Amino acid sequence: MPGSQHELSRNGFVKVVTAMVGTAMGAIIGIPAIGYLVSPATKIQKSDAWIPLGPLENIPLGEPTLFSFTRSQVTGWEKTVNSYGVYVWRKNEDEVKVFSNVCTHLSCRVRWDAEKKAYLCPCHAGIFDIEGNVIHDPPPRPLDMYAESEGNLKIEEGTLFIHFVGG
Amino acid sequence: MFVKILSWLDERLGLTAIYNTVLDRKVPKVNWWFTLGSASLFLFAMQCVTGIMLTIYYVPDPAKAYDSIQYIMNDVAFGWLIRGMHHWGATLMIIVVFLHMLRTYFYAAYKYPRELTWLTGVVLLLATLGMGFTGYLLPMNQRSYWASKVGASIAGTVPGIGPFIEKVILGGSDISAVTLARFFSVHIWWLPVVIGALIGIHMYLVIRIGISMIPHEGD
Repeated sequence: MPGSQHELSRNGFVKVVTAMVGTAMGAIIGIPAIGYLVSPATKIQKSDAWIPLGPLENIPLGEPTLFSFTRSQVTGWEKTVNSYGVYVWRKNEDEVKVFSNVCTHLSCRVRWDAEKKAYLCPCHAGIFDIEGNVIHDPPPRPLDMYAESEGNLKIEEGTLFIHFVGG
Repeated sequence: MFVKILSWLDERLGLTAIYNTVLDRKVPKVNWWFTLGSASLFLFAMQCVTGIMLTIYYVPDPAKAYDSIQYIMNDVAFGWLIRGMHHWGATLMIIVVFLHMLRTYFYAAYKYPRELTWLTGVVLLLATLGMGFTGYLLPMNQRSYWASKVGASIAGTVPGIGPFIEKVILGGSDISAVTLARFFSVHIWWLPVVIGALIGIHMYLVIRIGISMIPHEGD
């Protein structure tokens, strides 16, 4: 008997099938859609790397030497290339220290002055000594340093590397 | 609980009346060719959803359009799926809308009192082709570039005002950043608004007048 309580009517069957197919289609489209929208947030961008600064034996002893390198970053469809500079200072045959040339005050680029034996910041007259310590305000802390004791500098097969963490 | 909420809403929104008018309306016994209108509507909705999704990453700039699509295809999760649906859905929509027109024509369903349904349908078909034409340039690859060039040149062959029309389409004398921006604008705003409005009129007429029977021999 059509339309009785135990039997599924034709109309009811169509409704159930429509609901089921609709739900399946919603899920098939909806789940990828969510993944699509949140996708950039799930991508972890690795910006740190060991940067080779060349053979140690080529670096002069005693005098800080400027090394420049570039790092490229790809965000979506845009590629940005930034250049960075570090001063490599071979204190003696055994010890090497590398200083970032970014002033700790407001990120201007400091310059090694061989006559004054100091790093001079052109912006607000900050001065750092050869060890990177502040000898004239306003910089709040010493220059960022790379050293074997800090774990962010290594020498492999005579080549000097620093562990660069973003910029 | 659910039934209670539904009946509360129904009393205020008149959902049953809408349902009865739109979905439970009387239709003559027809065949599968009569599903093409619904298929067109579904494809339009799908193109809207996937198109809106694509604008999240797509950039309408000649220098970046291609790269942004490479990003969608290779780096965004399911980007290939969303773009694939939009790409193939576009082709399918042209086919389905065209078959829908053929069915209406061969079953003589455009006759009194459905002339306005037919007329809005003709504009809808042309607008759909316009969507295809403007969307074709957006990936900014070689094929897009030359297809748009050819399309605009065809418009340029109109006697007298042709060259002017071509310049208006391109926004200059050649394909440029201006062309891409205006094609994008037409693709995502102008035509969708026109199509949406005409679908409203088209469907109002279908519901108001009802669909035609399959004509018999000698009709």
